[in-house]
Amino acid sequence: MKLFPALAIIAMTLTSAAAQEKSITVASTTSTQDSGLFSYLLPIFKAKMGIDVKVIAQGTGQALDTGRRGDADVLFVHAKPQEEEFVAQGFGVARFDVMYNDFVLIGPASDPAGVMGSKDISGALVKIQSQGAPFVSRGDKSGTHMAELALWKETGIDLGAMRGSWYREIGQGMGAALNTAKAMQAYVLADRGTWISFKNRDGLTIAVEGDQRLFNQYGIILANPAKFSWVKKEAGQAFIDYVLSQEGQRTIADYKMEGQQLFFPNAKH
Amino acid sequence: MDDAGAWRLIVSADPALYAIVYLSLKISLSAVLAAGLIGFPLGALLAFSSFPGRGAVIVLTNALMGLPPVVVGLCVFLALSRSGPLGSLGLLFTPTAMIIAQTILIMPIIIALTRQTIEDLWGEYRNELLAMGLSPLGRLIALLYDARISLLTTLLAGFGRAAAEVGAVMIVGGNIEGFTRTMTTAIALETSKGDLPLAMGLGLILIAIVIAINASTWLLGAFARNRMG
Amino acid sequence: MAAITNLPLLLRNVTYRTGGQTLLDDISATISNGAPTAILGPNGAGKSTLLHLAMGLMAPTGGWLSWGGRTETSPIRRAIVFQKPVMLRRTVRGNVTFALSQAGVPSKELENRLQSLLQRVDLVALADRPARRLSGGEQKRVALARALAREPDLLLLDEPTADLDPAATRAVEQIIAGAAASGTKILMVSHDAAQVRRLAGDILFLVKGRLRESAPTTKFFSETATPLAQSFLRGDLLTEA
Repeated sequence: MKLFPALAIIAMTLTSAAAQEKSITVASTTSTQDSGLFSYLLPIFKAKMGIDVKVIAQGTGQALDTGRRGDADVLFVHAKPQEEEFVAQGFGVARFDVMYNDFVLIGPASDPAGVMGSKDISGALVKIQSQGAPFVSRGDKSGTHMAELALWKETGIDLGAMRGSWYREIGQGMGAALNTAKAMQAYVLADRGTWISFKNRDGLTIAVEGDQRLFNQYGIILANPAKFSWVKKEAGQAFIDYVLSQEGQRTIADYKMEGQQLFFPNAKH
Repeated sequence: MDDAGAWRLIVSADPALYAIVYLSLKISLSAVLAAGLIGFPLGALLAFSSFPGRGAVIVLTNALMGLPPVVVGLCVFLALSRSGPLGSLGLLFTPTAMIIAQTILIMPIIIALTRQTIEDLWGEYRNELLAMGLSPLGRLIALLYDARISLLTTLLAGFGRAAAEVGAVMIVGGNIEGFTRTMTTAIALETSKGDLPLAMGLGLILIAIVIAINASTWLLGAFARNRMG
Repeated sequence: MAAITNLPLLLRNVTYRTGGQTLLDDISATISNGAPTAILGPNGAGKSTLLHLAMGLMAPTGGWLSWGGRTETSPIRRAIVFQKPVMLRRTVRGNVTFALSQAGVPSKELENRLQSLLQRVDLVALADRPARRLSGGEQKRVALARALAREPDLLLLDEPTADLDPAATRAVEQIIAGAAASGTKILMVSHDAAQVRRLAGDILFLVKGRLRESAPTTKFFSETATPLAQSFLRGDLLTEA
C-alpha cells in the first residue's frame, strides 16, 4: 500500500486547519445563508479586511446554543428576546440591530382557508385553525419558529389544546419547511429572503404580508471573550464594525434577488 | 438553475464545485486511510486473540457497522466543542473534525470485515505458518499482506459509507462554504434551498465519483490477483 | 549453533485423544538418522496425526516427544509438507522467498538460495506465476521448496504424491530421494506400499491409532509378522477406519 501520499494528505489537512489564522466563525441562521446574503457580503468584507468568515447556518436557537458552548466568535441571528437574554447571561458582549426584513405567510395557490390578500396575520391564523387547513411549523426553535409561536399566542389560540393533524411540526430548516408545505399544500410562515430565493415555489404563493407584527429584526453579537478566552475578538469585532458601518449597511441594501431587496439595514448610528 | 445546471457546472469547470469534490475526497480518503491503519491491526488481532468476552466484542463491532452517522457526529461534536473535553484543540467545524468523525464511523466496518477475512485466512494458513515458526507478529503481518486484496474491498466498503454520509460531517463540519462543505452537505443545502435539479446533479456527480473509485480499485484487485494469485 | 539437531526423534507412550476419540494410542518409537522412515497404514490409522505431533504443531494428550533431546517444540531445522499444502497468495518466487526469510536467510543470500531451490524442484520456469494457479504436482514442488528452504535435518511428508499423476509422482520422488541422499532424515506418511518399497529404509505400521509393527523395509515386505500387515499388503484393509 502506498502510505506516503495518503499521510501527506492527512498532514495537509491538519496544517490547513491551523493555517486559517485570520478567520472567524459566525453562527448564523439558515435564512441569511439560504437567501445568498453571505455569499454576496463576505467576499466584499474579505477583500477589504483580509478576514475569512466561516458561517455555520443553523436555526437561531441552535446558533445561540453554539454560542453558549463557546463554538462561535460572532452570532448573527433573528430572535431579539432570546438574543438579549444571551447577552444578559454573559455569553455575549453586546447586541446590535443590523437589518430587518419581514415574514410572510405562504400558502397553496388554491387557498383552502380563504386568507389570500389579507393584511391581518392573526385573523388568517384563526381561519386556518378553525378550518383545519394544513399548517407546517418549523418546530426547531429557530427565529422563524419563535416568531410563529408568538403570532399564535397573539391570536389567543392555545396550540397545546388545539393541536391536531392540521398542525405539522417538522423540526427542520426553512427550505425543508417550504418543500414540505409545497408537498402537503399547507400554509407556512417564512422569512421573505428565503422565500424569494427559494427555487421550488411552483404552486405556492404569498397569502398574507404587510402586517406590522410580521416584522423580522436581525441582530449581531460578539461572543464574550471574558467567558471564552479563545474568541477572536479583534477579527470578530472588525466584522461587526463593518456590518454596522455605513459601507456595510449599504452593501446589505444593495443585495437583490430577482430585482427585490431582501434585507433592509437599520443599524443605529 | 435549469435541469442542466449541474452539468453546466462541470463543463464550465466551476472552481467551487471542484473545491467541494476535492474536499469530499480528501476527507473520506483520509478517514479510510486512518481507519485502515488502526482497524487492520485491531481486526487481525481480534481474529487470533482469545479472551473472555471476545464473542461480545465481535457482536458489538458487527453491530456498530450500522452506527447512525448522526450519532457519531453528535459524540464527536460534544467532544470537540469548546465546552467539551477536547475543546482546547479548537477542531470543531474544521475538516480535521470531519475526518475524525468519519474515521470513527467506518472503523467498525474495517475491524469487523478485517477480523472475518483474517480469521478465514488464518484457518487456511495456520499449519503452514506455524510450521515455518512464525512469531505472532510475523503471522499478523503475513496474514494482512496476503489478505490485501480482500482488505482493499474492506476499504472500499468503508469509503462508500464515508462518502455517502451526511449526518456526521454536517454536525461537526458545519457545512461552511469553501471550508467544510462536501458533496453530501452541499446536496442537503441545495435541497433545502429548493434547487432540486442542482441537488440531483450533485448527487449524480457523487455517484459517478464513487463508481469511478470502485472501478479503479476493482481493476487494481483483478490485476493483483492475476499477478499474485 | 550447528549443534542443534532434531535427531533422534523420540516418541514415548504418545497418546492423542480428541472429541472422545483416541486417534493415537500409546505409541513409542525412535526415529534416527538414515534412510527415510515410512508411516504406513490404512485410512484413519492416525498417520497424519502422528506427523503433526512429530512436527510439534500439537501436543500429545499423553506421553511425550523429544527432538534431539529437546522437548521444546519450536520448529528449528524441521519442516513439513502437508498432504494438501496451502499456497500463499503470492508468486512461486514469493512463496519460496517468504520461507527462506522465515528460516533466517540473510537478504543478500536470498536470491542465490532461491535460484538453487527452484532448480532443485524444477520450478525455475514458473517462478513468476501465482502459486495458487499451479497444478497439484507443481504446488507439491513449491511446498517441497519451502520446506527445503529451512535446511531441515528432519523433513516430514504427508502423502507427498497422493493425487499426482505418474510423471509428477516421479518428479516428487526424485526430490525426496535427493534430499535423503544429502543427509536429511525423512519421515513420510504413505498408504502406497510400492512407493514405500522404493523410498523407505524402515517402516512404522499403524492401524487404528496403534503401532502394530516396526521393521526395516526389506524385512517388512519379506516376512511381515502380523496378520494385519499381511492383510494390508494384500489390499484388503485400505479403507478400514
